[in-house]
Amino acid sequence: MSQLKIDRVWKEYGDQIVLEDVSITIESRAFVALVGPSGCGKTTFLRMILGQEKPTRGTILLDGAPLPPEPGPDRGVVYQKYSVFPHLTVLGNVLVGKELSAAPITGRLFGAARRAAVEEARAMIADVGLAGSEDKYPAQLSGGMQQRLALAQALLMRPKVLLLDEPFGALDPGIRKEIHQLMKRLWNETPMTVVMVTHDMREAFTLATRVVAFERPRDRPEEKERYGATITRDIEIWPPRRPGTTPA
Amino acid sequence: MRWINRRPSPGARLALASLPFAAVLIAYTVGSLSRLAANANDKLLPGLAGFADALNRMAVIPDARTGDILLWADTLASLIRLFSGLGIATAIALVLGMLIGMLPSVRALLSPFVAALSMVPPLALLPILFIAMGLGEVSKIALIVIGVTPVMIRDLAFKASELPREQIIKAETLGGNSWQIALRVMLPQVLPRLITCLRLQLGPAWLFLIAAEAISSDSGLGYRIFLVRRYLAMDVIFPYVVWITLIAVATDWALERLRLAVFPWSAAEGKA
Repeated sequence: MSQLKIDRVWKEYGDQIVLEDVSITIESRAFVALVGPSGCGKTTFLRMILGQEKPTRGTILLDGAPLPPEPGPDRGVVYQKYSVFPHLTVLGNVLVGKELSAAPITGRLFGAARRAAVEEARAMIADVGLAGSEDKYPAQLSGGMQQRLALAQALLMRPKVLLLDEPFGALDPGIRKEIHQLMKRLWNETPMTVVMVTHDMREAFTLATRVVAFERPRDRPEEKERYGATITRDIEIWPPRRPGTTPA
Repeated sequence: MRWINRRPSPGARLALASLPFAAVLIAYTVGSLSRLAANANDKLLPGLAGFADALNRMAVIPDARTGDILLWADTLASLIRLFSGLGIATAIALVLGMLIGMLPSVRALLSPFVAALSMVPPLALLPILFIAMGLGEVSKIALIVIGVTPVMIRDLAFKASELPREQIIKAETLGGNSWQIALRVMLPQVLPRLITCLRLQLGPAWLFLIAAEAISSDSGLGYRIFLVRRYLAMDVIFPYVVWITLIAVATDWALERLRLAVFPWSAAEGKA
């Protein structure tokens, strides 16, 4: 289960109100796309779910429990840039999650534990289509391959919620189409809820089960500071998309 | 073709690179020859024979008084001081730089202090060091440490805080605690910068070493240069300066090789 309940959340930076009175319940296993113009607070909203930012008012519940005030392994993330560690190889990048969770002091695994983790990591790398590139560094990979790697890295942690911040925004159309198929398959096979910020309407309607639009209802220059953005559209995709496997 | 688009071939590049060196050598030889022609005992610009003789005295024949071969004894004494100082500075800079760059509370505590400290002219502290620590090795090593550490701390703290926030968040979502993030995410990315930073501090470190040796010492490359200055012994000073330069260039080159060998992913860092 991984239901997100956002209840009357406000986000303010000093006098500037970014988001006002946002309430939405995201069902377990949903794939929600957040769309809207630049600067409408959709990334801020994503960061609040991630724990990178705290709401000024309101609550966010994950499966009924308040979110911890900092990021943790129950919520994975893929950014447009800087999602993978430049100093680790492909294998190292996927392995590092296992190592950090299992070895609090050294941050490394040894012996049989390492072999098991390597095996799992290799399977995940193959699953996102990066088999054969295990020993390359991210700088040697194309943009699309780096994002595949970032997905593998995040998914190995089996997060309840996967947060995507314009993950495919910088990719060529052809590459993007391929990675969309991968994303769909991963969502079908993995018991997780996905929240994705995107600029691309086509992408939103291709992947999501539900498209949520953020907008500032009052956008005159003199009103901009005192009125934040909120959810203005909430569209269920019809016919409904259901994840391929039964929800865990 | 525009000048900005003309690229020399590898051979031309080598020729161009050797040109300034050759120019200096030729200028020196011409000057030396003309002075020696006027006065065969001229000491200011000795000729090749003069250098050969001096090198023989300094680097081959043991000193009559101590039985040491002076060049090697001086080099050893200086390098021990230099690398002790740089080693201590590097260790302090790594720990403090990481802490300041990573932990907001440590940054609030130490960042202004280190910034102020880095503005203190180290040579102005030299008398204090000599008074407080005596004239032995400790004060010379301390001068190098005091001279280069604050700059290195600031550089590393900057590099550590410059790491994209996304990477830190990402590591948190992979289950990392603060210690693990320091160990597995920050440290490996700061270390190449540490080596580059060390390379950039080689020049200042030599400066402080020679300054300290010039004022009070009984061995060392800087000591020797300032000692023989009294006899206008340019035939010793010039080779010593060239020798120091060679050591510095070799250290710089070796550090860069080390960085590329240990951190192959950081190839772009060297451009810094």
